[in-house]
Amino acid sequence: MKVLKSVFGNSGMKALIAYVTVGYPDVATTLRLVPLLAENGCDIVELGVPFSDPLADGVTIQRASYVALQQNVTPGTCLDVAAQLSRVTDVPLVFMSYYNPILRMGLQRFCEASQVSGVSGLIVPDLPPDEGEALEVECSMHGIDLVYLVSPGTPAARLAYVAARARGFLYMVSLTGVTGVRAEIDGGLEQFVARTRSVCPLPLCVGFGISSPLHAKQVARFADGVIVGSRLLQLVEEDRSLAKAVQFVRELRQSIDSPPG
Amino acid sequence: MNAIYTLPDEKGYFGAHGGRFVPETLIPALEDLDAGYAGAMSDRSFTDDLSILLRDYVGRPTPLFQADSLSAHCGGAKIFLKREDLAHTGAHKINNALGQALLARRMGKQRVVAETGAGQHGVATAAVCAKLGLECIVYMGEEDVQRQSLNVFRMKLMGAEVRSVDSGGRTLKDAINEAIRDWVANVETTYYLLGSVVGPAPYPAMVRDFQSVIGHETRQQTCDLLGRLPDCVVACVGGGSNAIGMFYPFINDDAVKLVGVEAAGKGLRSHEHAASLSAGVVGVLHGAKSYLLQDEHGQVLGTHSVSAGLDYPGVGPEHSYLKDSGRAEYVSVDDSQALAGFTLLCRTEGITPALESAHAVAYATELARSNGPECAVVVNVSGRGDKDMGIVIEALGGAM
Repeated sequence: MKVLKSVFGNSGMKALIAYVTVGYPDVATTLRLVPLLAENGCDIVELGVPFSDPLADGVTIQRASYVALQQNVTPGTCLDVAAQLSRVTDVPLVFMSYYNPILRMGLQRFCEASQVSGVSGLIVPDLPPDEGEALEVECSMHGIDLVYLVSPGTPAARLAYVAARARGFLYMVSLTGVTGVRAEIDGGLEQFVARTRSVCPLPLCVGFGISSPLHAKQVARFADGVIVGSRLLQLVEEDRSLAKAVQFVRELRQSIDSPPG
Repeated sequence: MNAIYTLPDEKGYFGAHGGRFVPETLIPALEDLDAGYAGAMSDRSFTDDLSILLRDYVGRPTPLFQADSLSAHCGGAKIFLKREDLAHTGAHKINNALGQALLARRMGKQRVVAETGAGQHGVATAAVCAKLGLECIVYMGEEDVQRQSLNVFRMKLMGAEVRSVDSGGRTLKDAINEAIRDWVANVETTYYLLGSVVGPAPYPAMVRDFQSVIGHETRQQTCDLLGRLPDCVVACVGGGSNAIGMFYPFINDDAVKLVGVEAAGKGLRSHEHAASLSAGVVGVLHGAKSYLLQDEHGQVLGTHSVSAGLDYPGVGPEHSYLKDSGRAEYVSVDDSQALAGFTLLCRTEGITPALESAHAVAYATELARSNGPECAVVVNVSGRGDKDMGIVIEALGGAM
């Protein structure tokens, strides 16, 4: 199992984080896609556990979850996929799951199984730290970083509170809204990142709405990592050979690494 | 007598149920709502406005009616009907919609979003938004849009925009998902006017408080009519707002039995039902921990009920607590029993209940049969059945 912190070790290096829904469009594609993402420049891969009611997600990830569920992808399937991926790639894996599937399996059992499968971190979009104590205990016992989220409307005092509870990195939601492709990056984002940095020692990674190499470049100027999901899934859907998705990831990598200007 | 009931606690929990399981984006909005609600309830001008509108706009108090013909037909206990069907817009939903719309205006939110199942909460919200000059958007599952087309038209007449939701099972659960997504995206300008005692804190307690007018009136009215409290109060439970509104003012009266009636659809063994308390497992949906119909992998199950308003896989966290503590009892009634209750009330009393309320009527008649005339049973007729005529014609057409 890889430690998330190691990704952010090199000063100046910006992390590229990709999100994929496990089992979209099928499990075989996920198993093929993740190693390609790693080879072409992704530093962390988020594996989305499909859920029937993804209320923080826009239409793309909603549809991906629906397709995966139609094929009977369960949390057990996701653990199995993670275990298989851990054997073929070194890229750190992070689960993104709504809380109910975790609760249903049992917090301890889920964390234990995640550890065995080589998963390094966990993001739960409907679990604020106020409700997270029990899961924090299990995560820390099993060497898993529980990543929390903050959003542009999070007040200063609460930013510090969430930051103190988060592990691995802080997931900064770039906008007030759900996941999905957007035309532009929110104008207040740089200021939001600056405000957060003053209270949070963790790496700051920005996600939601990052849809193009240009967006990624803009965000990488001030953040420590860039998270891309919906646009990547659209390209997987468009081109099942995965050539478009791979090309997209290469462009993201280049644009993040290229000097500002 | 037990200690005085003070739930929820400061984290919004009723025992093991409730809480605030939402994306971080909504946390500041829920904290504002908490503060806004507390401020409003301690402001005399707000509570005065609410009382006057409840009286003159909603038409409260609604009657408590002694149903002699129904009672005689059952041949047992005396049945009393709390006539929420006579409230403006045809159901108890207006009590909460009015309270929250006044709160939205007080908090400076010009745009209101709501979800609706049967359409009763949507109609109530559309009405109060029209009255108070607020923009109103109602999310409604595509299946419900079709089976409750009359209510869709009523909402549009009152100036609301109805957005049909085609994700998931295309019913109430999916409408709530979509309303929450809208709220997340527009949280600065928008008030989410949730229609039941579900969702993250403070909604379950706030909606309960606005609906408690039902139980407070009933308590007074039974004392006036009988010189004592009723032996039993019965109400249907989907999310559970009319039931909590009825139960809450009796919660410290241990001698009053509280019975919630869930929708057993095509039967609890059919997997086509909506009986979360009778057949669910504790889980998290729509921001709260509560009993939930889900599979062994934590995926929320599809539901079925002849009544759109009960067609929901979750239930308010306070009901889950009352089940665990044993203070309330929860039973279920299937589609055909509900339809029988519906026709019986039409025939005996000339009252057409909503199919939701017909579940409570059906159980109350059973209860009445197994008790004597010294026993007083109150049934909450939470809404009227005009909206359900299409469904009833389809179900009973040949039998009429």
